[in-house]
Amino acid sequence: MNFRRIMKYPGVSRTLSVLTTLFGISVFVFLVLRVIPGDSITGAFGIETGALSPQQIAELRVYYGIDQSLFMQYISWMQSFLSGKFGFAYSTGVSVATLTKSSLPVTIELAIIGTVLGVILGIAIGMFSAKKPGSTRDFAGQLFGLLALAIPGFVLSTGIVTIMANKFHYFPNGYEYMTPWENPWMNFQQMMFPGLVLGIAVAAPIMRTTRSALLETVDKDFVRTAHGKGVPNNTVQFRHILRNSLIPIVTMTGIQFGYLLGGAVIVEKIFALPGMGRQILDAIMKREYATVQSSIMIFAIMFVLINVATDIIYRKIDPRIKK
Amino acid sequence: MSNEPLLSVVDLGIATIQDPRTLVHDVSFHINSGEAVGVVGESGSGKTLSALSILGLLPRGVGVTNGEILFNGNDLLKLNSEDLRHIRGNEIAMIYQDPMTALNPVMKLGKQLLEVIASHDGIKANSENQVRDLLSEVGIPDVNRAMVSYAHEFSGGMRQRIMIAMALLLSPKLLIADEPTTALDVTIQQQILALVSDARKKRNMSMLWITHDLGVVANLVNRLNVMYAGRIVESGSVEEIFRMPKHPYTAGLLSSLPTSTGTNRERLTSISGVPEKPWLVGNSCGFAARCSRAQSRCHNEIPPSISTGESSVACFFPIGSYS
Repeated sequence: MNFRRIMKYPGVSRTLSVLTTLFGISVFVFLVLRVIPGDSITGAFGIETGALSPQQIAELRVYYGIDQSLFMQYISWMQSFLSGKFGFAYSTGVSVATLTKSSLPVTIELAIIGTVLGVILGIAIGMFSAKKPGSTRDFAGQLFGLLALAIPGFVLSTGIVTIMANKFHYFPNGYEYMTPWENPWMNFQQMMFPGLVLGIAVAAPIMRTTRSALLETVDKDFVRTAHGKGVPNNTVQFRHILRNSLIPIVTMTGIQFGYLLGGAVIVEKIFALPGMGRQILDAIMKREYATVQSSIMIFAIMFVLINVATDIIYRKIDPRIKK
Repeated sequence: MSNEPLLSVVDLGIATIQDPRTLVHDVSFHINSGEAVGVVGESGSGKTLSALSILGLLPRGVGVTNGEILFNGNDLLKLNSEDLRHIRGNEIAMIYQDPMTALNPVMKLGKQLLEVIASHDGIKANSENQVRDLLSEVGIPDVNRAMVSYAHEFSGGMRQRIMIAMALLLSPKLLIADEPTTALDVTIQQQILALVSDARKKRNMSMLWITHDLGVVANLVNRLNVMYAGRIVESGSVEEIFRMPKHPYTAGLLSSLPTSTGTNRERLTSISGVPEKPWLVGNSCGFAARCSRAQSRCHNEIPPSISTGESSVACFFPIGSYS
């Protein structure tokens, strides 16, 4: 069978391009980590590295596996990654898979909370704004969008932490992190503020996308038809206008969700949540190559999965998109 | 039958809201119960806007400035949105120019049809059968399939049939057809015209035909209104207008119709010049610049509409007069 015939099977070319992308990311992350100054030894010993003898350094290089050639390092990491261990995290003495097993759910929970809040808030404010373009309510909605976009998450986070902890002596994140299964009420309190910060950040682009998509749809002929049929205005707004504006909103939601899975690093750190963000940040500080590489690969894979999911949703919401 | 017309439009004026530009000047016409009336004019003459204003469906940025639209004695322009909604699709229904865009692309057709019933009478046990019956009446071959199909799965002609079914669902008293055949193939045009005409006679509906094609309406309507540059320049019964047009513009339109007796080498007659924009006409007859009968008076005064019996003409020097 020739190459072109194989490529025609559904999903084949898509899978190939995804694998190529993931391979590219793995090489890129691997190289970037080697380019930044310092290595696992300086990461672990800090300024005391200078006190180590050359022989100690040579032994440590063997211990951390960085005496090997770059190519061999890449191969051994890949072997471990593909075997599902994701490499070894020296400072904790366990595999990266073990670390990820506890940190990934935290990040996913946070990302879901942030996205859900952001989508609800963004669509609501977008609809509120688009109802009367150019009016005061539109201005208020757009002002929210601009502020939410302009205020960085760490400013909002530190602001909330400062006010809640200092003024009200309320800082649930000061306690040990609880999963929703161990202690749902504590988990809710710990997730509430970081979820809100991320929700506001996500709401801004979704609000803007919703607004412009609605304004584009509102003048379409089928909206006039719906009004001409005597359909109640609220029904026209949701069933006809919003429903036909969903594609760009779904696209934006997918992007934002992906971004939250990887981009909540700082918010996780400020709210002391033991998620992937903190895992990566700590690993970068310690130059734990395998941890950083594997964590980023996991983000990349999730991003790809989100893209596949968005494509499936497109087909669900627009029958004109062919399978 | 009372002498009161079903619909009477009195001195209707339509203009853009910002930077006011008059698009329709003091248009008056009426439709008696069971009667079909045509409004003929070139693109930009204001015929579609006049039709859309009846149901309050004018595009954003365009509004009615003066006049009354009396339907069964009630001024539709003064109704609140809920009362107007009860009339839309229920007592007055409309079919539109472009069936390709007038249907919601992501909603199943059966649902879109049922929505008309849901918005007025509420869905009952036999509602779905009502929809099916009407779909077969308008000539949809596979009704069951059509109910669960989407608009893009049908040709333009089929979509227009579906639009017609949608308009007829609640047996409205008045059907407005805004150039329903313009976007269709010539062969399909005739079928659609016959379909609407038959459905009208069967239900004894009143009808308003909007078209730019005199040939199309000749056999379909009782009375004609000819619009030019936002005004009605001539009105009367079809026979009278075809036999002896009074306004030079109407005469020009009639002489530019292709004849079935001429050879195919014959050049089509046309009216020289381009139509004037309604808001640029000012204090003159809008047609003066293109009119062979025009004299200085035509450029400096608006000709009033002079009625004789059922017909009227707005011209200082109508054809057949000896001034």
